[in-house]
Amino acid sequence: MNEMDNKWIGKNTIRPDGADKVTGRAEYAADTIMPGMIWGKVLRSPHPHATIKSINTKKAEELDGVFSVATSADCIDFPVDTPVILGIQDIRWMARNVLAKEKVLFHGHPIAAVAARTEEIAEKACELIEVEYDVHPWAIDIDDAIKPDAPILHDFIKFDGRPSNIAGTLEHKKGNVEEGFKDADIIIEKEFETAAVHQGYLETHACLVSVSPDDKTTIWSSSQGQFMVRAMTSFITGIPQSSIRAIPAEIGGGFGGKTIVYLEPVATILSKKSGRPVKMVMTREEVMRASGPTSASKSRVKIGATNNGKITAAQGTFYLQAGAFPGAPIRGAAGCCLAPYDIPNAHTFGYDVVSNRSKVAAYRAPGAPIGAYAVECVLDEVAEALKMCPLEFRLKNAAKEGTKAVHGPTYPVMGYVETLEACLSHPHYKAPLKKLQGRGYASGFWFNAGGESSAQVNITEDGNVVVTTGHPDIGGSRASIANITAELLGIDINRVSVIIGDTATIGFSNLTGGSRVLFASALVVTESTNQVIDILKDRASKIWNIDKEAIEWENGEARPAGDNAGKFKPLSLVELAEKATPTGGPIGAGHQVNTVGAEGGFATHICDVEVDVELGIARIIRYTAAQDVGKAIHPAYVEGQLQGGVVQGIGWALNEEYIYNKEGKLDNPGFLDYRIPVCSDLPMIDTILVEVPNPKHPQGVRGVGEVPIVPPLSAIANAIYNAIGTRFYSLPMSPPKVLEKISD
Amino acid sequence: MSEVKFVSPETLEQAVDEYSKSSKEGKTKILAGGTDLLVQIRSGASQPDTIIDIKNIKELKEISNYNGSYTIGAAVAGAVLDEEKDFGNNWPGVLEALRLIGSEQIQGRASLGGNLCNASPAGDSVPALIASGATVNVKGPEGERNMPIESFHAGPGKTNLKNGEIVVNFQFPKKQKHSGDAYIRMIPRTEMDIAVVGCAVNVTIENDKCVDARVALGAVAPTALLVEDASKALIGSNFEKDAVEKAALACEAACNPIDDKRGTVSYRKKVSKVLFKRALEKAIERAKRG
Ligand SMILES: Cc1cc2nc3c(=O)[nH]c(=O)nc-3n(C[C@H](O)[C@H](O)[C@H](O)COP(=O)(O)OP(=O)(O)OC[C@H]3O[C@@H](n4cnc5c(N)ncnc54)[C@H](O)[C@@H]3O)c2cc1C
Repeated sequence: MNEMDNKWIGKNTIRPDGADKVTGRAEYAADTIMPGMIWGKVLRSPHPHATIKSINTKKAEELDGVFSVATSADCIDFPVDTPVILGIQDIRWMARNVLAKEKVLFHGHPIAAVAARTEEIAEKACELIEVEYDVHPWAIDIDDAIKPDAPILHDFIKFDGRPSNIAGTLEHKKGNVEEGFKDADIIIEKEFETAAVHQGYLETHACLVSVSPDDKTTIWSSSQGQFMVRAMTSFITGIPQSSIRAIPAEIGGGFGGKTIVYLEPVATILSKKSGRPVKMVMTREEVMRASGPTSASKSRVKIGATNNGKITAAQGTFYLQAGAFPGAPIRGAAGCCLAPYDIPNAHTFGYDVVSNRSKVAAYRAPGAPIGAYAVECVLDEVAEALKMCPLEFRLKNAAKEGTKAVHGPTYPVMGYVETLEACLSHPHYKAPLKKLQGRGYASGFWFNAGGESSAQVNITEDGNVVVTTGHPDIGGSRASIANITAELLGIDINRVSVIIGDTATIGFSNLTGGSRVLFASALVVTESTNQVIDILKDRASKIWNIDKEAIEWENGEARPAGDNAGKFKPLSLVELAEKATPTGGPIGAGHQVNTVGAEGGFATHICDVEVDVELGIARIIRYTAAQDVGKAIHPAYVEGQLQGGVVQGIGWALNEEYIYNKEGKLDNPGFLDYRIPVCSDLPMIDTILVEVPNPKHPQGVRGVGEVPIVPPLSAIANAIYNAIGTRFYSLPMSPPKVLEKISD
Repeated sequence: MSEVKFVSPETLEQAVDEYSKSSKEGKTKILAGGTDLLVQIRSGASQPDTIIDIKNIKELKEISNYNGSYTIGAAVAGAVLDEEKDFGNNWPGVLEALRLIGSEQIQGRASLGGNLCNASPAGDSVPALIASGATVNVKGPEGERNMPIESFHAGPGKTNLKNGEIVVNFQFPKKQKHSGDAYIRMIPRTEMDIAVVGCAVNVTIENDKCVDARVALGAVAPTALLVEDASKALIGSNFEKDAVEKAALACEAACNPIDDKRGTVSYRKKVSKVLFKRALEKAIERAKRG
């Protein structure tokens, strides 16, 4: 199909969910209610680290208005020494995160839950639960967790043969770094740290669960995967997946944070025990204290280059804090950080460090911004030492088709170089700067992903189309799927409706994460739609009594082709739908497959800052993000993804951080003191959509949602250096930190 | 929160009567705009059993100007005061401080009385009120009294109001010729934030000389401060560098802050000097205009 002829792909069609969202009709998880519904509340640990000696729920159960109480004793028991892997999660940890078992491992860790007639009664009942603790010393920061006499969170985790808080390691190696550094004329090595930051989704976790006496369970919740909700709830409660129907609500932001469960299994247990539907809604404070931020980190990066600007070797060590249970995104840090470059010798290490904080959850390109922050800042210093333009320096070392990446694969067609060239020729690159203003550059990479996906495309009796897919739409997948379906069928976009099915109405589809959804669902929707077209041709062939092969589908109608061309009046989709019953019955097709062929995404950003050196405030005054997006099926949504990722990166770089007090408790569990950027903090974020289509995808889709959060941390740090000549090695670059360093 | 009694009296007397009936401390709460109180109730920090809404009391919602001296009801919302054109011409610093509070939505409710009585050391309008020289009229079971703003607070979250006392209105002095006030705060974001340091300056100029000056700081001590040494340094000067520097040092010296999640002691001290200079510049400019 010729690009230029596209009618819908690449167009900013009206968002299918738009009207409902702007008029307040969209149903989020907390909007569902049922007759007889009661409320669940969670009792949380007052200590950052303690052994649970006993839990007595008697008084809570006896309180008037209480229907049921849940503790880990109501959950399936997963022994600590046997992994139970589900995707990137381990159900051993998930179960203990949902309701603490042997120990509480962070302040806010759920211990028990109560369902009662009102939220107030449930809260009061929680206070009546008696828990005996044996309180232990705790470790919040990475340094505290890895020092020799650190309090150990999990006795069974061993590192170097001894109990340790280092729960895992990962390594990528290419060539020989020692030799590589010998070839370098200049070597720069620096240490960095970043603070834990939360995804900041506005919708707090919420669910409604109804378990009938025969265990048939219905879950309404907002998540990034209804099938994930079903599976995790099934594991933890023991109810078979076939008895659980998980219905996805509209989602008010997730950014990775809703790829695991917190409330659903608990509400399921409470509902099962009480016989009533149970609703649970977290407060913002609960979200901040007990849902997953992403890791704090410490890293060290060393890069060597020759005088003519070729990188000879690079080495990176990344310690990422996992929170209470293993699972820090070290793969994103150690795997993505050098991906944009063609480096002969490289070695990266990642360390997964547990500590007494809430368990981390995925956050947009998990780990990758942390790795890129250190690498891209060091690259800026190397470029400076070589007196090279940072973009030209990157261009000289850019990975291309055929480059063997440090993390393993050999790249197919890819658009990294194009993002650099786009920046070099963008007016932003040459725009003048005033005093105390500076410009910084950085690149970034994210793997992207494929995985399981299912779709069903049905033709309605009136000749329109309903497409059902199985991934919650968190970034515009419904609009993009509508564009693709309308394009393939050659019909008006308004005749296509796209919905997200629940676990009982569509086949298994992996969760929305890894920038995989449009890649995967476009594949299965394309296949399903092509099957539908095939059926439509078949029906026309029956009506005309000619060979199916002598029919072509064009512009929304079946046309006789070849020898038969012009012999019959074309049959439109509406006409074929009308004749569906006599020609063979309902028209529809579905496809389910483990999709493969996802390819990585690359981005390069330019950032301008202005620094108020008297107050230590850095303001972003201009920002341009160039990204290889493969193919922008719905460009406005793609731009939105880029802009959103950049904004989250700006927050991470400048102000966001988890602040713990001396008691090991989070001191800023709300949006007043946990500062995500507000609109007035931001300039317009310009985007450059570079389109180098993924050859392994029918529409060229690559996945776009995660790469844009990777470069900002370092682009901003580099811009601040350019403005005031001071380099910052620790995030966030908040005003007190900035002022302290520049007045030294 | 369980059962709460909500009353909405139409006279000050009824309000004072109801308020002074409450025997247990903190169990009866006055509600003006509610932008502090409701947040505190939701978080569990405040658990009243009685709420007295004062928004139906005439005196508390009134704005009047007698001979250039303004009286502003304690419950007048920021957005309402903003529409009172002439008030902003007289006290641009007070108005800009009040208008910095929260967002458009918050402005429809947030009052000067609430900002003062909430007694946060970081309350934005308080330094500006102190600098303006305004006083508050208070009414309680034992009658009425008048207090300067700078002696209103006893500590973070604590006022010197006696049992049953309600703030009725703010009394502003007549604005002097060639005087001007200004308020500036430091926040990490550009809005929707809480002052790490706030500084208000009010100066009167005659023949290029500073004849009167009031300087106040917020968020740098348990209560907002009137920095008298800064006034002394400025009065009689031509705002020459030395005098300004001396006043700035007085601001720094007056700071008695804490290290907290919002800023360090050393950061707050440095910033108080910077904000003082910036607010002074703005106030001088306004004074020269009017
Ligand atoms: C989103 C948001 C942003 C905010 N931003 C800021 C900001 O930038 N700067 C800032 O300073 N504040 C800010 N605040 C706090 C708050 O809005 C202000 O303090 C506001 O001025 C309070 O006024 P109110 O009328 O709403 O007070 P209320 O909440 O009604 O009352 C506050 C307290 O004062 C008492 N009270 C009120 N009136 C009287 C009276 N007449 N006599 C005796 N006691 C009384 C109440 O009992 C209560 O304890 C913000 C609040 C929110 C929710």
